[in-house]
Amino acid sequence: MSAYIIRRMLYAIPILIGINLITFILFFVVNSPDDMALMQLGSKHTTELQIEDWKRERGYHLPLLYNTEQSGLGAVTETIFYQKSAKLFVFDFGSSDSGRDIGYDISQRMWPSLALAIPTLLVGLLVTITLALTIAFFRGTYIDYWAVIICVALISISSLFYIIGGQFLIGKLLKIVPISGFDTGLHALKFMILPVLIGIVGGIGSNTRWYRTIFLEEINKDYVRTARSKGLSEQVVLFKHVLRNALIPILTGVVVVLPLLFMGSLLTENFFGIPGLGSYTIDAINRQDFAIVRAMVFLGSVLYIIGLVLTDISYTLVDPRIRLS
Amino acid sequence: MSMQPTFLITDLLFFGLTLGLISFVFVVRKRPHLSRPWSQVLKSTTGSVSLMILLFYYAIALIDSVHFHPRVAQATESQYQYSSEVHSLLDVLMTPMRSRMEKTFSAPLATHSFAKEMMQNESGQMQRDYPRLNYAGAHLTQPEDEKVADIISISLIASARALSYWALIWLSILWLYSRRQQRSLTLIFKQILKAQTAYPLRAIAFTSALLMLLTVISMQLGQHYHLFGTDKVGQDVFYQAVKSVRTGILIGVLTTLITLPLAILLGALAGFFRGWLDDLIQYIYTTLNSIPHVLLIAAAVLLLQVYMSGHADDFDSLTERADLRLLFLCLILGITSWTGLCRLLRAETFKLREMEYIQAAEAFGVSKFKILMRHVMPNFMHIVIISVVLDFSGLVLAEAVLSYINIGVDPSMNSWGNMINQARLEMARDPVVWWSLSAAFIFMFTLVLFANLFADVVRDALDPRIVRGER
Amino acid sequence: MTVRKISLALCCTGLFTFLVACSDQELNNPYRDNDSARSIIYSSFSERPKELDPVKSYNAGEYEFIAQIYEPPLQYHFLKRPYELVPLAAAKMPEKQFFDAQGAHLAEDVDPKQVAYTEYTVTIQSDISYQPHPAFSKDEAGEFRYHQLTATDLERINKLADFEMVASRILTAEDYVYQIKRLAHPNLHSPLAGLLSNYIQGFKDFRIDVLTQLDPQKSWLDLRQIAMTGVEVLDQQRYRIRVKGVYPQFIYWLSMPFFAPIPWEADRFYAQQGMAERNISFDWYPVGTGPYMLTENNPNLRMVLSKNPNFHGELYPTEGEPSDLDNGLLADAGKPLPFVDRIEFSLEKESIPYWNKFLQGYYDTSGISSDSFDQSVELNSRGEFGLSDEMIERDIKLSSAVATSLYYLGFNMLDPVIGGDTERARLLRRAISIAVDYDEFISIFRNGRGEPAQGPIPPGIFGFEEGQAGINPYVYDWQKDALKRKSIEQAKQLLSAAGYANGIDQKSGKPLILYFDTVSRGADSKALLNWMVKQFAKLDIQLVIRTTDGNRFMDKLDKGTFQIYQLGWNADYPDPENFFFLLYGPNSMALSKGQNYSNYQNPEYDQLFDKMKAMENSPQRLRIIQEMNAIVRADAPWVWSFYPKQYSLNHTWYKNVKPNLMANNTFKYRRVDAAKRAQMRKEWNDAVLWPVYVLFVVLLLSIVPAVISYRKRELARGL
Repeated sequence: MSAYIIRRMLYAIPILIGINLITFILFFVVNSPDDMALMQLGSKHTTELQIEDWKRERGYHLPLLYNTEQSGLGAVTETIFYQKSAKLFVFDFGSSDSGRDIGYDISQRMWPSLALAIPTLLVGLLVTITLALTIAFFRGTYIDYWAVIICVALISISSLFYIIGGQFLIGKLLKIVPISGFDTGLHALKFMILPVLIGIVGGIGSNTRWYRTIFLEEINKDYVRTARSKGLSEQVVLFKHVLRNALIPILTGVVVVLPLLFMGSLLTENFFGIPGLGSYTIDAINRQDFAIVRAMVFLGSVLYIIGLVLTDISYTLVDPRIRLS
Repeated sequence: MSMQPTFLITDLLFFGLTLGLISFVFVVRKRPHLSRPWSQVLKSTTGSVSLMILLFYYAIALIDSVHFHPRVAQATESQYQYSSEVHSLLDVLMTPMRSRMEKTFSAPLATHSFAKEMMQNESGQMQRDYPRLNYAGAHLTQPEDEKVADIISISLIASARALSYWALIWLSILWLYSRRQQRSLTLIFKQILKAQTAYPLRAIAFTSALLMLLTVISMQLGQHYHLFGTDKVGQDVFYQAVKSVRTGILIGVLTTLITLPLAILLGALAGFFRGWLDDLIQYIYTTLNSIPHVLLIAAAVLLLQVYMSGHADDFDSLTERADLRLLFLCLILGITSWTGLCRLLRAETFKLREMEYIQAAEAFGVSKFKILMRHVMPNFMHIVIISVVLDFSGLVLAEAVLSYINIGVDPSMNSWGNMINQARLEMARDPVVWWSLSAAFIFMFTLVLFANLFADVVRDALDPRIVRGER
Repeated sequence: MTVRKISLALCCTGLFTFLVACSDQELNNPYRDNDSARSIIYSSFSERPKELDPVKSYNAGEYEFIAQIYEPPLQYHFLKRPYELVPLAAAKMPEKQFFDAQGAHLAEDVDPKQVAYTEYTVTIQSDISYQPHPAFSKDEAGEFRYHQLTATDLERINKLADFEMVASRILTAEDYVYQIKRLAHPNLHSPLAGLLSNYIQGFKDFRIDVLTQLDPQKSWLDLRQIAMTGVEVLDQQRYRIRVKGVYPQFIYWLSMPFFAPIPWEADRFYAQQGMAERNISFDWYPVGTGPYMLTENNPNLRMVLSKNPNFHGELYPTEGEPSDLDNGLLADAGKPLPFVDRIEFSLEKESIPYWNKFLQGYYDTSGISSDSFDQSVELNSRGEFGLSDEMIERDIKLSSAVATSLYYLGFNMLDPVIGGDTERARLLRRAISIAVDYDEFISIFRNGRGEPAQGPIPPGIFGFEEGQAGINPYVYDWQKDALKRKSIEQAKQLLSAAGYANGIDQKSGKPLILYFDTVSRGADSKALLNWMVKQFAKLDIQLVIRTTDGNRFMDKLDKGTFQIYQLGWNADYPDPENFFFLLYGPNSMALSKGQNYSNYQNPEYDQLFDKMKAMENSPQRLRIIQEMNAIVRADAPWVWSFYPKQYSLNHTWYKNVKPNLMANNTFKYRRVDAAKRAQMRKEWNDAVLWPVYVLFVVLLLSIVPAVISYRKRELARGL
């Protein structure tokens, strides 16, 4: 097992290098260091000299990929690419273009994102599994038919509408919760209600439909028929057999997204003013702070790979027939 | 000639794709094993109704893709001058709605502006009141009293026209059909009304009537009113929503142009040849897949902006630039979305390769290329089709979200995402300006809903392994 | 199971009702419960401030914080208009003396050409001390406690508040000099460095000195040890700045945070190893003498300013404009400042929540700079305000001011078609000036919040003239005591006179196509660009729009590859020089990378500018300004678009609000009636809970048919 994990981790390294190269090329073709300097310094009364100073201080005065002035190893290491990318691998994100330490910011902003994402995921799972099980129970009836249609309709609504509508209805018209904002500790509770609710409602359509399919697949299997033919009640069949077995694909599906919960939700966080990593990323995109965007790309990719490994592991845990090789 | 036709890049691609689709239909019709699942789709009520509505949207997008430069009116007689502006056939059809700009907001079907203004009344005094709109309801003298009656009468006349068109078309089709089938018209009527036909003709007839009614009524009302009100600068919201259809459809459709070749080629190659090629292709798609898509799109769109500002002189008009950005967005969406399909196809090819008939073909010395083309690809096409149909709605929705983060289509382009982005600021107004958001919602929701429903039906029909419950 | 479900739902409902009932606070209150009765101002910020270091900070969002913390020598009078400088940390206004090249003292009224340099002597008050800060803290031996920190010392330090001991120190003249030296420091990238190096003696040399002495091994360079010839400490309370030539506008800079005092102890403290990694720096923890200090700095959530316990004290002004008395702005005259204990800034990025929270009473003011709040207010073309009924009912007050800024549509004067000093191009530019109808623009896009501009000088700045005397005769007529834009026919006549009748170049027979470069700014820009195309279409000119991002746009201006562009300018200080220099030939982009982006050159104008610049405000100066106005109006290098009007909405409990576009340190004048606010909030935020109950009931009811059919099926199976 541990040998497998180590192998997977090693396999991740070339992928991460590839990601780094892609993002690096994308970002440095987009914005030359001169542009970055100009943007960070502002354009009112800015001189060439100041731009040079800025670039030197941030290490952007080096050549991009290959330093012709250096010999040997220096030709590779004395470049922006090496200086800015190598450190990412030890999770040293350096400082943003505006001068703040990125690692510190990420460690701070991770918590609001998690505070939003975890309840959304857990409560959402509970609600959608309950709904899906109910629908599966009524399979083939008009309830099933309309439930699926409603699910499809819910999927067809853009997430923007859920957020705008929810904020308008519950925050503005009903005045039940603060419209936006965040606070530390337990005070955060009242701010979390609405975004979590919207997150759950937004996910109901697709998840319920998906889980329903999983349940139906399970119901049609032979062992369920056997159980039923033994005279077990539908309740026992559903809860004891179908639910338990269907949970395997559902939970392994959840494991993939677990690490990515750190990344936060771009839209919700921005609308509700929650200082998580999602709004951090959007801010960085809008301000074209590429140091942050690059760090987030790297982090997101690492988390994604971790998610894949976790999924594999969880498969072996729930199903001993699968061997990792 | 009062116009000079012009083709944007996306127009050409779109027309090409349409031709491809039509030829695909012909190919499928001739092969019973291919057409069987499709006739199953058409036999389901949901399937055929959704397909009709999708085709309706598609037709709007097609009409909106016929572009030309209108002639400048003041040009001297000897030489025609063409405006640098680009119009489409749809613009011509919707001319009064395009050109009639009010000053600012007005509610749907309103005759007065949404905001009060200082005005001189009859006695010459200044007074704050809602001013009349320049165009909407301008033919009425006493709008307060006449408006409702006027709207009803316009709608009724329009409905009558719509229904007579509809009846005429259906009658002629059915008459031809009855002649060919050598059956009496009344019998066919009866069968349709009782829904006893092989294809759900009753539902199709009903849907077409509805579409016809909606089209004619909205066009007629649009001549005299603003059906969905006007936006901040007084532009007709209905017009914007209809113009956005093209953007939505194109994003959903053109993206597949990028996705399919990449996914099919790489997926088949990886699954068929394995070895280092498989490793390489797996490496590429795992790497691409690991990058958060939004960030990749953001970076790419920024890159495009840099390119365009560097080559500003290559573009004659804003429309062309917006068009290129749309194309580029499709491209980058395609690049981020081919990986999933590729993985599926690789696995499927893997499986197919082990099949006896392919083993046999190999043993007979059939070239690998031929095996790929003849035996492998046709056998995973159903996966490709299902994935394309399933992805379509997701792409339409993605456009809105991307526009919100300002990395979607060009802000100057009509799109639902841009409409929502603009309208969400208006939700803070008091009283609320709800119509822009609603219009975008209705148009987008309809498209995505029926695309989803259609996708479900197609998947059920094409994928024999699917579970269909205990119906 | 069903019974259990129902009872569970009932329990939930009960719990919810109980929670609602027992909290006497509004459910939607975004602040902590016990704060409602306290004297706190609730404000917001939309983007986290990038720099709070006064050496770098140069935007309104950041000044909102640091202007309350740092005290430069001078400030603008809160109430008086036109804007007037008064001492802040200074004991009196700076003394000014002229000298010639030999160092001989010259008379006040000497010809500016003879003056080699001007000396400003600033005297500061003797009783000012800094806010408590660990950098000042000394141990028993009299050594600074936190100036020799090691890595182990810093282990448990994450923010400034983790240092236990704090102390203060008396403000000295040296602190001001220290900051001026910091402005010249090459690694601090002050946005003002370029400009000041042209004016302050020895500024450039100082920069080189610092560069040679910079030692990468040592983290801190003691700037006190390096001399700058133009800046000199005279004694504990006095320092002197030597400015090249005559530059009367220099005194305005002395009111900006750039010239605030910085104690060397703090610089030494922040420069230590390990501080930057913890974000402990001037950027995040300012050290000032002002009425407030930054006590909570969480730019992702909230910034809090609290009263500085060491504040030296200042009194509310006793004089102002005549109308101020009526508006109650002098009710607090002579009382000690500041009035409010705390200012809380919450992060609010989206404007909808911001606006709704303002309406619910959770923000005291709608803020001046937000454009998206025009919804509630309707201004007609005569500039009268109409608040919506809901606003009137809530007794919300509106205050407005014409900003000391200008928007303009500039032409590239180096362009062969639109630019140049030929009559043909001039007529074309004038025709466009008439056709681009900014009156309409103001009413559509700014909801009336602006005034059509007549020239480079906005209202509130010396040289602006009202009424008929101030109109631009090439675009407007004066009819019935009102501005009237010339008709489009007149513009067309000008166009034919220029040889472009009907938008066709008579020489080549080709249609006239012009290019407009602009920065694309999201959703709203589409309507704006359409409008712009329509304006040119009135003259049958085809306008091609080229949108780019901000950087590329500046790049284009830099390279001169553009025809028409749109920009705005905010006054740094209330002097006409700050606007006229945007058209000053030697300041052109092509020549010197200056801010004259249109590359406008007119020797006559440049000569007048040099003269005007060195003068104090006087009727003679006004005459020169009139001449300059006449020249630029005739040449029309810009279309003078509009002077934006800013306004803010304020709740009735928010007192002493008078828009002051020059001063940023105005929070100290504000007063809040917290009891009234608490009462109003209660009144306005009664939660509507019945839909929640209805939803519960509907959910419960929907279970019933499900249960029934469940029973039926079970029975059917049983059979």
